This record gives sequence, structure tokens and C-alpha cells, in this order.
Amino acid sequence: MNTRKLLSTLIVGGILFASCSSDDDNPVPVNEEELITKMTVSLVGGGGTVTLVVADEDGADGPVAPVITVSGNLTANTTYTGSVELLNESESPAELINEEIEAEADEHQFFYEASSALNITTAYTDKESDYKKEDGTSFTTTNPVGLTFTVTTTDAGTGTLTVTLRHQPNKAADGVAAGNIANAGGDTDITQSFDITVQ
Amino acid sequence: MKRHTWLLVFLLGINLLSAQECDKTLSGRVIDFHDGAPLEGATITFNNRTIVTDASGRYSITGLCATAYAFTISHEKCNSQVVTLDVGKTSSKDFSLEHHLNELEEVKVSGANDTKTTSAQEETIGSDIIEKYGSASLGDALREITGVSSLNTGSTIVKPIIQGLSGSRVLIMNNGVRMQDMEWGDEHAPNVDINTAGNVTVVKGASALQYGGDAIGGVIIMEPRKVPAKDTLFGKTRLSGAVNGRGGSVSSELIKGYKNGWFFKVQGTLKRFGDVEAPDYVLSNTGVFEKGASLSFGVNKFTHGWDAYYSFFDNEIGVLATSHIGNVDDLIDAINEQRPAIVRDFTYEIDNPKQEVTHHLGRLRYFKRFEELGKWNTQYDFQYNKRFEFDIRRTEELTKLPSIDLELKTHTLTSDFSFDSNPDFLWNVGVLFRYQNNFADPSTGVKRLIPDYDKYDAGVFVTGEYSLTNDIIIDAGIRYDYNRMDAKKFYLKSRWEERGYDVGFSDLIIEDFNTQWLTNPVFDYHSISGTAGIQYIFKEDYEFRFNYALAQRAPNPSELFSDGLHHSAARIELGDLRMDQETSHKISVTAQKNTEKWGWEIAPYANFINDYILLEPVDVELSIRGAFPVWEYRQTNVRLLGVDAKLYANWHQSWRTDHSFSMVKGKENEKDAALINIPAPTFNNGITYSNKNWFGLNVSLESQYFFRQNEYPSNISVFSPQQNEDVLLEVNTPPDAYHLLNADTSMEFSLGERNKLKVGLTINNILNTSYRNYLNRQRYFADDLGRNFLLRLSINY
Repeated sequence: MNTRKLLSTLIVGGILFASCSSDDDNPVPVNEEELITKMTVSLVGGGGTVTLVVADEDGADGPVAPVITVSGNLTANTTYTGSVELLNESESPAELINEEIEAEADEHQFFYEASSALNITTAYTDKESDYKKEDGTSFTTTNPVGLTFTVTTTDAGTGTLTVTLRHQPNKAADGVAAGNIANAGGDTDITQSFDITVQ
Repeated sequence: MKRHTWLLVFLLGINLLSAQECDKTLSGRVIDFHDGAPLEGATITFNNRTIVTDASGRYSITGLCATAYAFTISHEKCNSQVVTLDVGKTSSKDFSLEHHLNELEEVKVSGANDTKTTSAQEETIGSDIIEKYGSASLGDALREITGVSSLNTGSTIVKPIIQGLSGSRVLIMNNGVRMQDMEWGDEHAPNVDINTAGNVTVVKGASALQYGGDAIGGVIIMEPRKVPAKDTLFGKTRLSGAVNGRGGSVSSELIKGYKNGWFFKVQGTLKRFGDVEAPDYVLSNTGVFEKGASLSFGVNKFTHGWDAYYSFFDNEIGVLATSHIGNVDDLIDAINEQRPAIVRDFTYEIDNPKQEVTHHLGRLRYFKRFEELGKWNTQYDFQYNKRFEFDIRRTEELTKLPSIDLELKTHTLTSDFSFDSNPDFLWNVGVLFRYQNNFADPSTGVKRLIPDYDKYDAGVFVTGEYSLTNDIIIDAGIRYDYNRMDAKKFYLKSRWEERGYDVGFSDLIIEDFNTQWLTNPVFDYHSISGTAGIQYIFKEDYEFRFNYALAQRAPNPSELFSDGLHHSAARIELGDLRMDQETSHKISVTAQKNTEKWGWEIAPYANFINDYILLEPVDVELSIRGAFPVWEYRQTNVRLLGVDAKLYANWHQSWRTDHSFSMVKGKENEKDAALINIPAPTFNNGITYSNKNWFGLNVSLESQYFFRQNEYPSNISVFSPQQNEDVLLEVNTPPDAYHLLNADTSMEFSLGERNKLKVGLTINNILNTSYRNYLNRQRYFADDLGRNFLLRLSINY
């Protein structure tokens, strides 16, 4: 009988399979596509610039806690022009993530929530139609995105300003277009609170 | 072959008429092929004459002519044999018949009764139950077994738990092949189609050593329907449809057998469901689309045989949309908010987050029987497992890419010899060699959760069982396994230091990638497992089993290497390179009585596991995306004490009741603290009416009571960036107890002589109760399944 033949086929086959698939090459590191390591919120007004920075060098995967810096105090009764810059500094040169947000402006929205003791109001100054899609055409919808905005201070106070970037929020939900996060839903790409003093 | 024989008989008949000297005799014995035991009552037939063997298997035929005869030798439970002999040349001949009809089945070390082990706790479900769960999963069907529960992710990802243990501690043998399908993940369901099985046995513990030494939880053995070695063609088609999920499945099987031992088998399953529904809302994005097919053929002869088997399994599973969360604040909101945040209209479409798994399995097997010695079995199998997990990601482009893309290839060669010539003393020796390679595709743009690795396994075992008397069988076995894990793993330098690997593991670093180290951990594990037990049958109806099992399990890749954000779970999972093997000592006892009128079984057990590896929430880590809960693997000495109990009574020839209860308590030894994810006690009661004369009518009503798990680890306090303060994260708090009522009815109609139609209707959760199960990972987000009507048709032909 061909017992021997069958067996040797089995064994040789097994060895061949095993030896073919072994691979001594080292794996390559993953190029993390979604990493945002730094957000800089610039507030320009009253003859100066205040920056709010959060830097998380190892992202959500790493154990290092983000470092938060607020460059100075805001002045009472002043309107500031705000803008946001998102960077992935793990790459060299650093990658500007704003472009990605702009190209999918209808899928993203920033929210700026100030604690009531701060006595400030925020307002969006951009809309989706300000930005171009990946294919070069502009959006036709006019919901806010929040890459630019204004902060208006009144009386002096201290409190927190929380900046949140949501992916796939429900922009049509009640209050969302006005900047209320409560009904927005979606996923959080960034969220950070800053301690602010208005004087 | 058969036709030729008849022709021969006919020609010989003519020959007989013309021959003159008919004074020859033929004598000898008919014996069992395995052990040479005489077969009493075997018949030898030729030319309309039949001779029967006596108590010592002897026969003697006189008045034969000096010519060739075709003798048909038969014995009940044996395959008949036709032997042509020239009586002019021979006057004595011994015939051997194969007494055991264990074609195609596995070599198993079992004696008196048809169980996988002699002394361990075990239970088998047959085709009736498998049919009932044809449109569900293996894990769902196994919950019918007392002491088996499941760890779910929704209702479609179901991992079996045996007496409190799951994952890598539970081995799944699919048609003789140990499944290698990334069983290390909580949300990784077994990649098997339940419709391929003819029966499934659960051995509750590590006592079935021939399958592996690391089955601290137990072994699930799926076996196909057997093909008898005769000319036959039969098949089965099962159709089922369910209201909840608005889908169903179709599964078909066709088997062709030949008397000469050849057989062919082909089987296929298609299963499609849309979103399932809780009593109050649609569970959005919970559809499944499963495809499975298998093919086998081979020769199954008297003394030897071989077969080739191939199966394909593909499953696309939606993951509940609302369970996708961003950070710890989303989780806190979900726990506080009772209603899911995302409820959409019903759809069949499966969107992100979702899983797509594919499993290919190929096997070649050869066996040969040696007269009065035993059976030798050799097998090579290859498995290819592919897993994609798609998540909701920051841009549409990225969303098309999987977040997890793993490819696991496994080659296994096993060989064993079972010595069965002495029915009082059976033993089995075997070896195993395995090579496994895991590849994590870096093009996902997400850090690898499981690294690339090569794994080498080798094992050797001896098991034996000895019948002391007719009623007492003792068994024992020992096994040694060697595992080598050789991984190539990237670590963020910050994580490497945070884990403390910079002290003691710096020699593992092979390359510097700016923010990351590339490391090459190589670990060797030597594991010993063993078992010993006794089975005692007394007063006819009683059976007593006692078993001790020692098992060691090497840590899996997830326990060793996890480090970082598991996107689909929105939690940071941290393994530990310092993990050692788990060692389990389990003592189990079974006492049972079975009579026509009633029966019971009580099966207590105690499992002491040293260096038990568990994953539990410990803290949160802050990041630019918010805070994420940290789940850390850790080792501790634990004990699992439990009992499974059953009772049935036939009150009347048509009325039967069934009752079962199971409970397990898991505690850490030092702290006396409760373990995480231990199933809560369950208490089931059922009543069945059956009437064979009325189309085999069967009507049953079942009540299932799930207690609340009152023993759970304490919750953790975490900082919520949103609330700007520490809050209690109630991730461990179990949901309330609940009660479900289910009904089932079935009838059988014969369609012609050989065809049979079986119709069944099942109603699950009749009262449409809203409930959440402690062992469903989506219990934070949504209720479990609402009422469901399932209709099933099965046609045998």
C-alpha cells in the first residue's frame, strides 16, 4: 500500500509549509494616521495674542500625560479672534492636521464651552462652505466648523474653557450649530480644558 | 465488487452441480480484528447455506466440493466480509471482523461508555439541539449544557465559558483540528459553523489530555456526522428564519458512502441577519452575514483509511453602533444614560464598527489498524485565519482601512497510537508539532495591538485506562508541552519605561526608531499536565466519577504584549512581559442516577489556579483625546468553586420536566476579593409534552432565571476631564437579575419512504423582557434581545 508515500508527502509538505512562511525581516513601524500631538488655540485681540496649547507627545496610546500651557490672561471687555492649529509632531516635518479637517468640514466641528464664572461668550466665524473638499470643490452647506471663532470677554473672572473636536457630530441637532455640545454626539478626537483668567 | 461476487457465486453454483467429490471440510474461527477475541454468533453464508459460530467463535463446514467458494462472513455490529476460498487447497481458515464500528471517529480513550473521558465531567449535545441553533452560533447552543455560559459582545459574538473560564483556557476541536483563530480576544468568537457538527461534547476541565495540556477551562469537541461504510446517499437541508433580525439561514449537507469505504461529503451554510432588536429599540448595526462551506472525501477501510477535509468560514459582524465610544466621559455618559445614544431604523447593512473574519482549514489524515495491537493515526492540518476590524476613524479615507489587520497561519502535525487489543487496558500515546506565524499589517495606520510573532509548540502524551472490574475503570495520563514565543514588537519608549522594562529587559531591544524601540522577546515555556480518575458504576443506574487534573497554560500574545489603545473597546490594554504560566489543579466529582422514570446528576468541582491571568480596569490615562480607562493584565492565585446540578422526571409517558442549576464562585486567595467576569448562577426549569403518535409532537416551555452577580470587584474612581473631578466609574457593577420564558415546539412528517420533514417553532423571551447580562460587554450601552420567533424546517433525504 502507499502508506509510506502518503506519510512522506505529509511530512515533506508540512516542513515545506513551515519553512516557506518563516520570515526573518524585521517589521516596519506603523505610521500612525490619526495621531494628533499638539493643539494650539490662538486668541488675538486687545493688542496681544494669548495661546492655549496642549501637547501630548505620545498620543492616546502612550502613558505620558498631556502638557497644558496658557500663555497669559485675557483682558476684560475685549473681542478676540480665535483660530486653531492641529499638528502631528511625531513626524518630521510636523504634519498639519487642519487640512484633513477642512477637507471633511461637514464631518467635524469644534466646540468651545466656557464655565459661567468666566463671563465670556464664543461664536463661530466660519462655515463649511469656506472650505474645499478633497476633490477641490467647495462645500455648499453652511454649518459651522469652528476652525475660526471669536471670544468676547465681559467682566473679570476665572474658570475653564474647554475645547472639543467631534467627528461625525449631528450638526442638525438642537443647539449644535450654535455651539452647544450637549446634543452633538459623534466621537471625540480632541478634548481639553484650559484654566483661564479674565482680568 | 458486489456484482462480481454474485457472478462468482452463480458460477460456483453451477460448478457445484457438476462436481462429484464433495467431501471436503473447512473449519476455523471468526475473531475480532482488534484483540483476537472469538465472535460468537457470526454467520458464514454460501450457496444458501448458513453456518453459525459457537461460543469460542469456531465453525466447521462439511460436504464441500474441491472448488472455490465465496463465503460471506457477518456479525451484528460488524461490516460483512466476502472471502473467496478454494476448498480444494485449504481446509482451515480464520476470519477476522472489525467488531467496533468506529470508522471516521476520533481515537478516543474511552472504555465502557461512549464518552470522551472516563472520569471527568462532560456533556454532549446532539443533532436536535444543533438543529435548533442552526441560525445562531456554537456559543449559543452550548449554553444548553449545565455549567456552560458565554461571554458576549452583543448577541452575535459569543465565546463559550466553561465553569467560569473562557478564551485561551477553552480549546475547540473542530473535526479533529484544534482551532487557532485568535481566541485570545474577548470579542473574538470561535470561527466555526455549528452546522458542520453532528454532535458537540464539552469536557469540563483539562482531563482530555490528548487534545492539549492547557485546557484549564475545558475542551469543546465538535464531531461531524459519521458515514457508514455502505452504499448510501443521504443528505439534510435546514432552513430557518427569525423575526428578530429579520433574517435566517440555510444549511445543506450531502453525503455519499460506498461499501468499499470511499466517501464524499459536501456541506454549505449561508446566514444573513439585519439589525436585531431589544424590546424598546433597534440595536443599530448588529447585522451578520456568515458563509461557510466544507468538503471532505476519503477511504475508510477495514484496516486503514485516509481522508482529506477542507472548510471555509467567513463572517461579517456588525458591532453595536452606540458601543463605539471616544473616551471615559463617553463611557460615563453611556452608563448613566439608559437608552443608547444611536438608534437608527432597521437595516441589513453592516457599517463600521464591524469585524470581518475568515478561516480556512485543511486537514489530511491517515490511519492504520494493526491486528491485535491497535490503531495508528497521523494528521497534518493547516489553518489560515484572517481578521479585520473596522472602526469609525477621523476621515472617510481612513474609515475604509481596517484598524486591525491580522493574519494567523498554523501548521500542525500530530500522530498517535491507541493500543486497544486488551479491552481492559487501553492506552494511547501521541506527539504534536506545531508552527504558527502571526502577521500584523502595518498599513492600518493604527499601532499593532498584537505583534508579529513565530510560535513553536511540541507536545507528547501518554494516557491509559484500566478496567479493574466490570464496574470500575481507572484512568491516568501525563503530557508535556514546550512552547516558544518569538515576537518582534514595537514599544513606545514612554510605555517601555512606564512598564519598567528598561530594568531587566533592555537586552530585548534590537532597533531604535526615534520614539519607539523595536524589541525581540523570545520566551520558552515548559508545561506539564496530568490527570487521574476513577469511574464506578453501581446498582446498575448509578454512576460515580472522580477526577483530578493538573494543567499548565503558557500566556497568550495578548496577555504578554498588549500595550495601547484598543480602539474598538476605547480602553488602553496593558499586557506584561513578565507573565508566567498559569497552573491549575482541578478536582471534580460527578454522581448520577439515570432510569426511565427519573434521573439526576450533581457535579461539584474546585479549581485552584496559581498565577491566574486576569484583565481588569485599574485607572485612567489622560491624553489629548480625553481620558481612557486602563485595563491591565495581572497574575494572582485564585480558586473557583462551583456546582452543576440536573434533575429530570418522566411523570407520564408524555410529560417530562427538566431542572438544572449551576453556580460558580471565583475568589482571589490572598485578598479574598471577587474575580471579574464570573458568571452569575442560573436556574432553569422546563416542561415538555411529547406524543410520538401525533407526528412526533414535542412541545416545551422553559423558564430561565439569571441571578444577579453579587460578587464582583470594586469599581474604580477616575478623573473625568468633562466634569473636571474624580467620579466613580461603575464598569464592574452587574445588572439586575432577570427571568426569561422560552417555548419550543416541533413535529415530524415522513415524505415517502426515506425522506423526513421536521418543522419547529421557537419563541424566545416570550414576555419581551428588557434585560442586560453581566457577561455581555455591551451591557453598558443597550438592552439585550427582545422577543423572537424562529421557524425552522429540516428535511432529511
